[in-house]
Amino acid sequence: MLAFTLHRAIQAIGVMIAVGIIAFSMFRFAGDPVNQIVSLDTPPAERAEVRKSLGLDDPVIVQFARYVGNAAQFKFGVSYQFRQPVTALLMERMPATLELATCATVLAMVFGILMGVYSALRRDTLLAKAFQAISLIGISLPTFLIGILLIYLFSVTLGWLPSFGRGDVVRIGWWTTGLLTVSGLKALIMPSVTLGLFQMTLIMRLVRAEMLEVLRTDYIRFARARGLTTRAIHFGHALKNTLVPVITVAGLQFGSVIAFAIITETVFQWPGMGLLFVQAVQNVDIPIMAAYLLMVSLIFVTINFVVDILYTVVDPRLRSTISGAA
Amino acid sequence: MTEPVLSVRDLQVEFALRRGALRAIDGVSFDIAKGEVLGVVGESGAGKSVTGLAVIGLIDPPGRIAGGEIYLSGLRIDHLPPEDLRRIRGKRIGMIFQDPLTSLNPLYRIGDQIVETIRTHTNLSEQAARKRAIDLLAEVGIPAPDKRIDGYPHEFSGGMRQRVVIALAICAEPELIIADEPTTALDVSVQAQIISLIKRLGRDHGTAVMLVTHDMGVIAETSDRVAVMYSGRIAEIGPVQDVIQNPMHPYAKGLMGAIPTLAGEDKRLVQIPGSMPRLSAIPQGCSFNPRCAFAFDWCRIERPEPIRHGTQAVACHLYDASVKETAA
Repeated sequence: MLAFTLHRAIQAIGVMIAVGIIAFSMFRFAGDPVNQIVSLDTPPAERAEVRKSLGLDDPVIVQFARYVGNAAQFKFGVSYQFRQPVTALLMERMPATLELATCATVLAMVFGILMGVYSALRRDTLLAKAFQAISLIGISLPTFLIGILLIYLFSVTLGWLPSFGRGDVVRIGWWTTGLLTVSGLKALIMPSVTLGLFQMTLIMRLVRAEMLEVLRTDYIRFARARGLTTRAIHFGHALKNTLVPVITVAGLQFGSVIAFAIITETVFQWPGMGLLFVQAVQNVDIPIMAAYLLMVSLIFVTINFVVDILYTVVDPRLRSTISGAA
Repeated sequence: MTEPVLSVRDLQVEFALRRGALRAIDGVSFDIAKGEVLGVVGESGAGKSVTGLAVIGLIDPPGRIAGGEIYLSGLRIDHLPPEDLRRIRGKRIGMIFQDPLTSLNPLYRIGDQIVETIRTHTNLSEQAARKRAIDLLAEVGIPAPDKRIDGYPHEFSGGMRQRVVIALAICAEPELIIADEPTTALDVSVQAQIISLIKRLGRDHGTAVMLVTHDMGVIAETSDRVAVMYSGRIAEIGPVQDVIQNPMHPYAKGLMGAIPTLAGEDKRLVQIPGSMPRLSAIPQGCSFNPRCAFAFDWCRIERPEPIRHGTQAVACHLYDASVKETAA
């Protein structure tokens, strides 16, 4: 088990170094950053001064080492457009994105699993067929379109929910939360639904397919032959066996949710990291882009790692294979 | 005579398909007495397993029991409501399936699965059920049951898993055990152990056993009586010694002739020409007539019904004096 964990940790570090190289090379190939900082009529001497002060005249290897060293301490330099440390900017925006992503994922998991189980167990009912139809819409409609449709319906036509922003937030330490105010909660509804809909349909279809598969297995037939109640068979035996692949997908999707949040945040003008990233792209603010890239990768790698460990908690067979291999 | 534990009368099972219903079981009748082992043999698709599933009420749609009656110790069970049938399953009828590797839920400890079954059917407390589970594991021959009870299925070998499956099948002291090819997936030395275990359990508890298999050797070793099935019907039924030494139905004759012996006689095994008809194309008359060396005209017209002949009952016109006279 320890060897397995170490092995996975080393892999994770490898991935992060690769991403670091990509993030670093953005600085070198996406145009000269000095041009972004100085104005058109800055004399060459002054440009050289800026270049030197930013350390851009050092050899590439030195610059990369310095970049990795700083990144490891969560120092990502200064934003070109805001003239503020990138870390501070990201930290300020992170709670908004994480709250949105968590909400969307919880929504997707709860409704996805419920709808999936229902449509597997009551395959021929009208409701199950309706779920299948809805899931088709969720899978095929692009996120931004769903967001705009929701805004049109609930903000413009009905006027029930705010069309943009986070509402009032409460500050707890460095974390800002919208979960404690009415306007914050109201503002959270539409973006979460928009962001979570795709994941929800994905999870629902996965749960349905897996559940149908599991219900056909011999151990379910044997469980029925043992006279267990239908409830025990469906929710004790079948659902637990269904959850192994669901954990993987849901875990990996949490990473995508954070990444997809860029679109949702843009549609709802949600003050999160995604919106910050879009502004950074528009202004070629490379330090923010690079930091965002690194951070999203870190989240992905961490989730992957956690999912691998979670497997062994759910499935005892993996526990012994892993310790056997170690 | 006391009432048989299981009594099946003219059972019919159909599978409703788009092109019409296929009749998988067509008029099967048999009894199993207390403590008796009935072997059911036949080729794949003869309807052996479906008969077992029909008795325990686990025929899945599109299949259904289309006719006949099934009695468990006098109680008619073939059209009980699902919930009543569930209470009988596992409590009064235990079932053992072919593949022990896939019969146990891989994510639960075997002890949890046994305790769960015991507690479904009795009022025992968690501790009492666990104690009973350990006793059961000991009874089916699992060494160090107090430790193994906390193992997961993948930590057991195939033979050991089949023992666990058997423990699960007998945990509520059922009157009847249906064993559907319990040894097919096991290797030969383990097969013998499992067979003697089933035999011993049947004897000790007076349990009736319906043993479905295509292995005549297993039948010869365990069964008191044997039913030979062919395309959804019983061709011949009788005491195991009589049927093996003196098979009457041409199909049973062929089947017994196909058993290899260790006597070393250097002769070819008998082979029954052709193969069993598909359910959608069962010939008129006796379903065995296209493959039968003794078939005469009447066999292609009228379906033979079982006729008693000493200890055996045979569904074959060859043994029906009245038919022979008519034909002649």
